[in-house]
Amino acid sequence: MLARISRHLLRIALTLLLGGLLAATLIRYAPGFDTDEQQMDSRLSSESIEALRQQRAAQGNLFHFYGRFLSSAVRGDFGHSQTLNRPVRELVGERLPVTLRLMTCGLVVGWSLAMLFAVSATMARIAAWDVATTAVAGLFLCIPSAVLALAFVFLRAPGYLALGLMVFANVFRYWRNLLDKSYAMPHIITARAKGLGTLRILLYHVLPVSGAQLLAVAGISVSIALGASIPVEALCGIPGIGQLAWQAALGRDLSLLVTLTLLVTVMTLLANTTSDLLGQAFRTQRA
Amino acid sequence: MKRIRQFACGLLLAVGIASLGASVFAPAGYDTQFRDELPNAGPSKLHWLGTDDLGRDRFARVLYGTRVSLLLAPAAALLSTLLAAFVGTLAGYIGGAFEKLALAGTDLFLSLPWLFLLLMVRAMLPLNVSAFTSVAVTFLLLGLLGWAASARVLCAGARSIRNSDFVLLARASGISRARLLMRHVLPNLKPVLLAQFWISIPVFILSEANLGILGLGVAEPLPSWGSLLRELESFANFSGEYWRLVPLLLLVVTVTSFQLILSRDEVTA
Repeated sequence: MLARISRHLLRIALTLLLGGLLAATLIRYAPGFDTDEQQMDSRLSSESIEALRQQRAAQGNLFHFYGRFLSSAVRGDFGHSQTLNRPVRELVGERLPVTLRLMTCGLVVGWSLAMLFAVSATMARIAAWDVATTAVAGLFLCIPSAVLALAFVFLRAPGYLALGLMVFANVFRYWRNLLDKSYAMPHIITARAKGLGTLRILLYHVLPVSGAQLLAVAGISVSIALGASIPVEALCGIPGIGQLAWQAALGRDLSLLVTLTLLVTVMTLLANTTSDLLGQAFRTQRA
Repeated sequence: MKRIRQFACGLLLAVGIASLGASVFAPAGYDTQFRDELPNAGPSKLHWLGTDDLGRDRFARVLYGTRVSLLLAPAAALLSTLLAAFVGTLAGYIGGAFEKLALAGTDLFLSLPWLFLLLMVRAMLPLNVSAFTSVAVTFLLLGLLGWAASARVLCAGARSIRNSDFVLLARASGISRARLLMRHVLPNLKPVLLAQFWISIPVFILSEANLGILGLGVAEPLPSWGSLLRELESFANFSGEYWRLVPLLLLVVTVTSFQLILSRDEVTA
């Protein structure tokens, strides 16, 4: 287990380094990188403008630029946001808890709805209910997440409910299929034929079989929730990481974007690793 | 199910024909301003869906916007499927270190949420560009960044074919690797390729809509579903003007039709 955890951590570190290099490459070669609005400020002296130019020129080499970013990041300095004129570290520190709260609530709502609908549709085996649940989940899949967020603004409902519905729509069909397969297994059919209680079948026979895969889907849904948090936070006025990313994108605040990219990558990889390790523990316990 | 699929195909065909015939159904064009009328006017004989806040015919903008989204999303899907086919098939077929490297590359792309990746890369490119450049940039980005998930599926497919008996037999009979790939592996991957192509279209339509609403999609005056849906930001002031929801309705109908055309197996593949 320890070896598995260290392998995962090594993989996360490598992905982060490569992802950071990719982001730095994109930023270094993005149109307009060499120019700065401050260079057009008539109040600045020619020495100041020259100093700004030299500062930009020092970032010219990609590896130098990335190396400097990494060494500063190790010391906890993630640069300065141009658009918000504040240290990136401060901004992230303020907004990360908001996003984590939103995501936790959204995921709980989404997973609960998906599990409730998936279990009821699989066990009830009523055609109308099956069609209705699939149609509801399908409908939410066909609505852009930004429109769903706007609808919740209009309804004055909390943003985490919009996030929950998006997670529900994405998770439901996979969980439904997994549960369908589990319920069709011979030992579960036998258990049902012998009159075992519904809850007992679910807890003692279905979940141990499909638990690892259900957890894997749950892990992926964290990434879905992170992506959906951008329109939800931007349009519902929730001051989290998603809104910050949107503001950084509109303002082309590149240093802020690199930090946010790395942060979101860490969050996604940690969620996937956790679900993978939990799934592995599940399988080991079963064996 | 077959009837539902036929109905969905019919709907898509109708929407497609209407958008392609936009210049016939709405000869005014998407950027003509009717300055002698009030902006945000209600539906009339001249303007079936009224006019927008700049006095442009909303029906014409919906038709032209549908054309942009409905033609360019499949083009982006084709590009991403081709990229995925190239990376995924080669990785699965060659195997070994190359497969590991290719899968690490796809993992790198998949480690960022899709919308976040789009937002980040779109922000790197100039935002203040002409309408046609913004269309090209938006859909090219969708095509160039959306290949990773499909590549993983295709890699798994190619790997299973590589390990199959008929490929072993073909290799034993001395067939060249290139011929094996072109004659035996790729034709057997055709259903997976097609499924990935069809799955990508609604994903790209929705992504463009999300980018448009967030102000990072197609620029004015060219309409797309994303830019048309930006109007919904002021939905609280609509006071019963439900004809403004037509672009959303059209988008939902189109995406639903695409989902219905795909069978459940293809969607969960």
